[in-house]
Amino acid sequence: MENKNKIISVKDLKVQFQIKQSFLHELFAKKQKIVKAVDGISLDIHQGEIVSLVGESGSGKTTLGKAILNLTPITSGEVLFKGKKVEHTNKRELKRFRQKAQMIFQDPYQSLDPKSMIIDTVAEPLEVNNLLKTAAERKEKTVKALEGSGLAPAENYLYRYPYELSGGQRQRVAIAGSIILDPDFIVADEPVSMLDVSVRTGILKLLLELKNARNLAFLFITHDLSLSWLISDRIAIMYLGKIVEIGPADEIIKNCRHPYTRALLSIMPIPEVHRNRNRQVLKGEIPDPTEIPRGCRFNTRCEFAHDRCYNEEPQFTAISDNHDVACHLAAKEQ
Amino acid sequence: MELLQINNLKTYFEISAGTVKAVDDVSLTLNYGESLGLVGESGCGKTTTALSINNLLPDEGRIVSGEILLEGKNLVEMSDREIKKIRWNDVSMIFQGAMNALNPVMKIGDQIAETIVLHQKSSFREALKKAEELFALVDLEPKRISNYPHEFSGGMKQRAMIAMALACNPKLVIGDEPTTALDVMVQAQILNLLYRLRQELNMGLILITHDLSILGETCDKIAVMYAGKIVESGDVEDIFNRNKHPYTHKLLSSFPNIHRERIMPEAIEGIPPDLINPPPGCRFHPRCPYCIEICRSEEPAMTMESKGHYYACHLGGVHNGK
Amino acid sequence: MNTIKQEMRKKRVEAFYQSFRSNRMGMIGAVILIFFIVISIFGPLFFPFNPLEFGEPGNVLRPPGGSHLLGTDNLGRDIFSNLLAGGRVSLMVGLLATVISMFLGTSIGVVSGFAGSKTDMILMRITDFFLVLPWLPLVLVLAAILGTSIWNIILVIGLTSWAGTARVVRSQTLSLKERPFIERIRSIGADDKTIIIRHILPNVFPLVFANTILITAVAILSETTLSFLGLGDTTRSSWGMMLHYAFQSGAASSGAYWFFLPPGICVVLVVLAFTFLGYAFDEMLNPKLKRR
Repeated sequence: MENKNKIISVKDLKVQFQIKQSFLHELFAKKQKIVKAVDGISLDIHQGEIVSLVGESGSGKTTLGKAILNLTPITSGEVLFKGKKVEHTNKRELKRFRQKAQMIFQDPYQSLDPKSMIIDTVAEPLEVNNLLKTAAERKEKTVKALEGSGLAPAENYLYRYPYELSGGQRQRVAIAGSIILDPDFIVADEPVSMLDVSVRTGILKLLLELKNARNLAFLFITHDLSLSWLISDRIAIMYLGKIVEIGPADEIIKNCRHPYTRALLSIMPIPEVHRNRNRQVLKGEIPDPTEIPRGCRFNTRCEFAHDRCYNEEPQFTAISDNHDVACHLAAKEQ
Repeated sequence: MELLQINNLKTYFEISAGTVKAVDDVSLTLNYGESLGLVGESGCGKTTTALSINNLLPDEGRIVSGEILLEGKNLVEMSDREIKKIRWNDVSMIFQGAMNALNPVMKIGDQIAETIVLHQKSSFREALKKAEELFALVDLEPKRISNYPHEFSGGMKQRAMIAMALACNPKLVIGDEPTTALDVMVQAQILNLLYRLRQELNMGLILITHDLSILGETCDKIAVMYAGKIVESGDVEDIFNRNKHPYTHKLLSSFPNIHRERIMPEAIEGIPPDLINPPPGCRFHPRCPYCIEICRSEEPAMTMESKGHYYACHLGGVHNGK
Repeated sequence: MNTIKQEMRKKRVEAFYQSFRSNRMGMIGAVILIFFIVISIFGPLFFPFNPLEFGEPGNVLRPPGGSHLLGTDNLGRDIFSNLLAGGRVSLMVGLLATVISMFLGTSIGVVSGFAGSKTDMILMRITDFFLVLPWLPLVLVLAAILGTSIWNIILVIGLTSWAGTARVVRSQTLSLKERPFIERIRSIGADDKTIIIRHILPNVFPLVFANTILITAVAILSETTLSFLGLGDTTRSSWGMMLHYAFQSGAASSGAYWFFLPPGICVVLVVLAFTFLGYAFDEMLNPKLKRR
């Protein structure tokens, strides 16, 4: 892999929440219930790279995305932007960071203010950050952002309200709003999961275009492994707050080593006729994040779990260049 | 005799803006123990078709014409009372977002028992026992019938809904996007469960979804809907490997296939049509890359490609290079 | 360039107007209200008589007829003129008291809901206090302390009717606060003030508007009640005052229907008009209630 600049460096990030319990619980319970949503994650994202974060609900992927942007308080660890630590206590620095690191949300039906016209929604980042003094300049930049997101001619969309647009169009508006400040990094949280299948491709193509044209780095959060294969350079598989496997997209799909990744791959829906495909449908569901299993957190559902897996948390083993796995079995096989 | 035969069903909605032709001349057949995947994007009319079968349409909707024959009896002509006897006993439904359809202040077991008591001559005690059996059938611990919905995870709630749908031993179960809100792993579990149940109980299953890729392993037949009409129907092999309608082909290629090349699928241009004033001629023509003059003016009739395989297009299989 | 914006705005206003026209309740309410507003503004200009001028001793409690369209009251005053003057007062009090009430209710509701934690708790306890206090005794006490001038009446009604609005607005603010679009706007760097003014307020506006209309009805009724009980401003005529004098002078038992029926009917009609309008706007602005 080329030696590109690291845009985002996450170092041993932990995000924990305390669960609010009933009054009596709080009085008498000895231990507070803590959700370890992100439990020690280190990750580098390079300029112009799309890294996918794949996991089921409860894996902590959305929390990680938000924590990187400081939309969720960080419990410990640090986030480096272009090599420098993001000091979230310094308001001015945080504001500058926020201009360069944006987010695209999952639900296009809820992520736009229903009472704001499109032009106001897209131009708002400019106003809030006091950029471009005149209304004409702002309008011009807004038009550019809208057309850059595939909504052309922009005139047709500027004075509309969200309810007059389709889901795909709304998502493009949200994307326009996030690129108008010329960011370096975007976290896309399941940007197409609420859209119709035929619309998804358009949005994914747009993200790729933006990456190529503006050298943008993306953290693409999804539960759909096949989508991540389609769009990313690297894929990171998350389970219960930790990354269990990470590597180039093709490598993960063709040569994955973690039992969880294998299971995900085997059950992935494929548009072909199958009968009795050998699918590893795991039993049960993701454990309660307030009670993370001891040792390897996947041991409750892993068919290969043995002694070491119940006592010791696995560290990363390098499978090949850029491909790492956190699994005792895989480490042994190396 | 087939289990279910729908002939030329038309279900329209009367709203202030006009008449929404949600289902506009739909015909399909299902045999005992068969599973049919009804696939299409939002607004194509698949949920309305399901609601028409069960007579659960909202006030603005009504069946304008056509027949729905369940074991030979026409449901459209039945009175409300007669339909009540059929509902749940012969045909049951798993609704979209069913997990949120559970009463949060009532035990799950009680809700299932209530369903049984409402539709069959059974005491509540007996019904509760049946609920335990049903739980076992869907891989839930029988003693958990005394749990409340908030104590169940999403996947477990969905299993409970399936249990409820099976409560009166129906011959036909209609699942409206039963796995949409679930994680991939739970989705796989639920699909496996439905497959197994179908085998064990020999029940018919209509699986409504927008996700064509999950139908490859769960269905015998597939019907593709667009703008209130069926554009292609046939068995699973026909649809996946020998499809004739451009929409089917485009829809299929919108799903990434890791066995093939890693290229971005082609998008389908345009937006879904207005069902109050659908496009003239073939409803798909504004978005079809192969559209010719006749497509704009004349609605294509259903052509038979082979036994059981039908499609509605003026240019049969143009994308297959034939 | 701007013509597209103007065109779209025109279309939306037209659509709104059309949808209002098709709402029968709303139209009835609007017609009644416009009627009363017009006669309240212009009516008194055509006063046949000075409403407060006492009549000749022999002219007392005259039934309708002749120069007195609706007859005279127990002191010989012309009832029709009093009705017109009373309309002005009743409507004015209702509107101004509502302005105070809505301003207080909305600002407290939004600040409380948005700020959360301690601020929310303190503000809500204050709101609960006003919510729970029995209205009439509170109003009586306040009227006794502050006096019964028209401005005090307006103040009193305003101060005692904001709590319900505050609760409702706070509820909506709480739910709005959690919506993804607020999170997104925060993520681009907007501060709390911007978020409240640009995004929270416009989104609670429909609720506040529908609420305002209903509160106006309540305010008008409140003024009528206060005046009827003798706590109104005796220097001005209002429908409530008319009812007060009618009751005091035993008009009901003496059969002087022209004294108490007109003001009573007017109050009912105006309150009904506001109620209808309130329902109509609620239906129009809340898509879930819309009849499809």
